Amino acid sequence: MDLSLSTRTVGDRTVVEVGGEIDVYTAPKLREQLVELVNDGSFHLVVDMEGVDFLDSTGLGVLVGGLKRVRAHEGSLRLVCNQERILKIFRITGLTKVFPIHTSVDEAVAATD
Amino acid sequence: MATVELRFSALPEHVRTARLVAAAVARRAGVDEAVLDEVRLAVGEACSRAVGLHQSGGISEPVRVTLIEEEKQFSIEVGDEAPRSAPGDNAPGAGGDVDVEAEEDEMGLAVISGLVDDVEVTAGENGGSIRMSWPTMPPVTLLP
Repeated sequence: MDLSLSTRTVGDRTVVEVGGEIDVYTAPKLREQLVELVNDGSFHLVVDMEGVDFLDSTGLGVLVGGLKRVRAHEGSLRLVCNQERILKIFRITGLTKVFPIHTSVDEAVAATD
Repeated sequence: MATVELRFSALPEHVRTARLVAAAVARRAGVDEAVLDEVRLAVGEACSRAVGLHQSGGISEPVRVTLIEEEKQFSIEVGDEAPRSAPGDNAPGAGGDVDVEAEEDEMGLAVISGLVDDVEVTAGENGGSIRMSWPTMPPVTLLP
């Protein structure tokens, strides 16, 4: 299965809906998408991972890279994920402390910290 | 003894194939269904790492995955041909973002060691390998 990406704007947030498998082959597409959004001035991103079937460390690396980029512009990168097998990867790598992880897009869009 | 051996050109698009094959053989070997996600992820991480090492080292040999069914355990060995002068050393990089590559390599190993209890990482002059093992359930006896 390939990676699917779609973006939409909700208020001042840009929601990136990701589906399929994020691995060493497909992660560069996600990286391109995030870089493009930041270059176009979208600094508050919500990455919706509900449709993701598989995520590996390459995908984590891309998300961390995205976070670094938006933070350089005082922006934010929030994740939406309820799938235990995906959440587990964030936990074992300690990235739950790095990313705000929400249970719904609405919650992520409303969050301000 | 090996039940299935897989060799693939060091290209990212083949890592998914290795994951699928490993999961299918693990299921057949009696690895618990609940653990198959971990097997899939761990073998993917090991293969991604090997592909990265081959690509950055300009190595044309394929990556080797050996799936070994034993009496009470199932093991996967992912071997690369990237020479290291000392354990833990990275293969000589062909430029590029060395920091990012090293970071991703470490993250892959972090995921593997977080997922798999029984893991052995070796590296030497002729390449390296990651060997991971999982317990298997006794085969289900079919009722007459």
